[in-house]
Amino acid sequence: MPDLGFDIAHMLAGSLVLVSLMMLYQDRLPALINVFAVHAMLLAGSVAWQAYVQDEPQLYITSAIALGFKGVMIPMALRRIIFRLGIHREIEPVVSTGLTMLAGMALVALAMVVMLRATPEATPLAREDLAFALSVLLLGLLMMVSRRNAVGQVVGFMSLENGLILAATGARGMPLVVEISVAFSILIAFIVIGIFLFRIRERFDTVDVQVLDQFRGERP
Amino acid sequence: MTPVDFSLLCNAALLLLAPVAVAIAAARPAAWRAIYLVSLVLTFTMAGSSIAFALSGAPASSEIFPLGIPWIGAHFREDMLSAVFLAVVNLGAAGASFYAIGYGKHEAAPGRVLPFYPLFIAAMNLVILSDDAFSFLLSWEFMSLTSWALVMAHHRSETNRHAGYVYIVMASFGTLALLLAFGLLAGPEGNYAFETMRGTAPAAAIGWLVLLLVLLGAGSKAGIVPLHVWLPLAHPAAPSHVSALMSGVMTKVAIYAVIRIIFDLAGAPEWWHGMVVLVLGGITAAIGVLHALMEHDLKRLLAYHTIENIGIIFIGLGLAMAFQANGMGAAAALSLTAALFHVFNHSLFKSLLFFGSGAVLNATGERDMEHLGGLIHRMPQTAFAFLIGCAAISALPPLNGFVSEWMTFQAILLSPSLPQWGLRLAVPATGALLALSAALAAACFVKAFGVSFLGRARSPAAARANETDIWSRTAMLIWAGLCLLFGLFPALAIDALGPAVQSLLNSRLPAQAEIPWFLLVPIAGSRSSYDGLLVFMFITASVLLSVAVIHLLASRAVRRGPIWDCGFPNPTPLAQYSAGSFAQPIRRVFGTLVFRAREKVAMPPPGDMAPAHFDVDIHDLAWEKIYVPVAAGIEFTAGRLNGLQFLTIRRYLTLVFLALVALLLVLAIWT
Repeated sequence: MPDLGFDIAHMLAGSLVLVSLMMLYQDRLPALINVFAVHAMLLAGSVAWQAYVQDEPQLYITSAIALGFKGVMIPMALRRIIFRLGIHREIEPVVSTGLTMLAGMALVALAMVVMLRATPEATPLAREDLAFALSVLLLGLLMMVSRRNAVGQVVGFMSLENGLILAATGARGMPLVVEISVAFSILIAFIVIGIFLFRIRERFDTVDVQVLDQFRGERP
Repeated sequence: MTPVDFSLLCNAALLLLAPVAVAIAAARPAAWRAIYLVSLVLTFTMAGSSIAFALSGAPASSEIFPLGIPWIGAHFREDMLSAVFLAVVNLGAAGASFYAIGYGKHEAAPGRVLPFYPLFIAAMNLVILSDDAFSFLLSWEFMSLTSWALVMAHHRSETNRHAGYVYIVMASFGTLALLLAFGLLAGPEGNYAFETMRGTAPAAAIGWLVLLLVLLGAGSKAGIVPLHVWLPLAHPAAPSHVSALMSGVMTKVAIYAVIRIIFDLAGAPEWWHGMVVLVLGGITAAIGVLHALMEHDLKRLLAYHTIENIGIIFIGLGLAMAFQANGMGAAAALSLTAALFHVFNHSLFKSLLFFGSGAVLNATGERDMEHLGGLIHRMPQTAFAFLIGCAAISALPPLNGFVSEWMTFQAILLSPSLPQWGLRLAVPATGALLALSAALAAACFVKAFGVSFLGRARSPAAARANETDIWSRTAMLIWAGLCLLFGLFPALAIDALGPAVQSLLNSRLPAQAEIPWFLLVPIAGSRSSYDGLLVFMFITASVLLSVAVIHLLASRAVRRGPIWDCGFPNPTPLAQYSAGSFAQPIRRVFGTLVFRAREKVAMPPPGDMAPAHFDVDIHDLAWEKIYVPVAAGIEFTAGRLNGLQFLTIRRYLTLVFLALVALLLVLAIWT
């Protein structure tokens, strides 16, 4: 069955996009983090499948990193953070769920149109993968833009990075060194952002970034 | 050694002269002579070699160095066209250096002038020698920056700083336009060498855009209206020998860029391209000379006349493009020869006039003509040379300015045989503008010479003026001699321009040197001809004859009576006819339309002892209607965008996000 490899890769990447869309309308932080964990695990599965299909064993390491760091460690750490900050029960006002979802769907369509037209000579697998990766990336950006809470923005950033990794593995052979360094830089960014979250909280009693604007005198 | 190697070697020597100048000027203030002498020798040999090359008609020589963009290298080439312009530049530079050997004594801050002077000359030469877009733009920008440094030599004065600022803004804008023009010519493959640009003809829309960008880029350097605003500010601000270089020579480098790109690189021009250039030239000539008439500062007046003469040259270029597009080779050759000859002539007499104004400035400390007067008694040789320059720029026979303007008119008279109605109407209209500007130029130089050198001194400084030094005087007299020489024997220059015109248009004027009696016959003997020598001999003979007749037949009785006081019994020099009085009739005719000139007379009522006032209010519409609104628009936009510096992280993210989506949308729609 020559097409099974393509079908499964397609399914995994497609569900990644689906989970990205799911993240858009999560208005409670613990639920958001759970969905993010699913996102990362799906990424790990997708990368592992790519490793199997392309017969490139080092991609298994990428997959393991994705699973370990993003699927387990970061969600756990985030969960600890929100519980320590005591914002796990807060309902985050999402900018009009319906509108955001519509915008997300438009972005996915845009990504498909652009990528499928721009890469006519690539293999179908790479084309689909790139299109889905661009969708995930755009949805991650949309989430960073539409969230007011700093934790929500961090999760958006992480899911954006998942899109990058998906694109890189689909395009055959991102060197392992690059992959590991990207993973570590993400981790470090996560740590720095985590520390900042506490500092912000200490000073302003909230992690709602709108309050920062008020502090700067931008808004009354 | 090939000609291009020789020129490059001389330019390398000029570039090396700059650090020497820095070292010497600090240690020994009197070292200016050595620097100018070396510049003189180098530029003179370069002028000689390029003239010899232009006369030989030898094939172009080129040189490639592994500098600049790695996969292209730095190309240099000397062909017939560059040889002509190298001759103009280096002859002008040799004259300025010769003049400066004497003039440099008066320089207050030689350390600010000496290092940049040879660099400026070398930069102009390198622009002409460049054979790829990168070297060309690099040399072009180097030329702008070194000349800017020379404009800022006397930077303590507020007006000079303003001039320098306007100049650097306009120069950067011009370089940007040229950069875009070369980018369009190079195409998507990035063929930045001129050799490959020559081989590929751009599409019609690209050709139109290239013309527009060249007119913006090189035109702003040359001083086309309405891009001329920096020129009357910057040229007079520099020391006088540099003013001569900038006005007489640097504007010609811009003309070279126009000719090189339009006639050589951009393929065959269309007829309406020629019409655009032609009409711009006509407007430039008329506006330039009207501004000059309103001006009472001697050096600024000369700078405005540069604008006028650039207009005349552009009329020639536009005619050449129009004729060439219609396959009229002989007429195109006549127009281009006229333009190139005017390039050469203007470099001669404009240098001469700036030398004269520098001598006046040194002798009196004044540039304002209303404070001069009577200088012919104090500085007779300067006055004589300046008079020759005035006659040449006013296009009076038998001097050189007449020949090139006459040839331009001959080309205009060929316009009825053009097939397009647009051209048939536009060319005679431009001819009318050219005739108007020639007449007004003559009026303007009657004013300039009459008010500065004739009459009585209007200030104590003018009354105490002393004749300038021997070097400056010699330079001025030699240049006056050259003006006369090429007026009497224009065939010398026209035949030397032949190979350059031939290389661009595939046709040239018939050789003039073989026609007997130094007659100039551009088209056919039955149509028109001109003999400068004959006119000169007639003028000389009739003057001698009338002098003889007066001396022989006039009464020798002497009668003494009161001099006619022009209705002004008050004998102070201030009651003389002034530059303002001279300009008034012309200001009243054209000024209300072109300058929105308003006159205000404040007459105190009877019994009031207050003095009466007469004020003239003149507006430069190009500045007020174009530059001020553009500057205000930029200021407004910048003020609005200022807010972008103080956004929140989320808004920055939104901006990035929206930009990304917009780019993707463009990609999705356009591919």
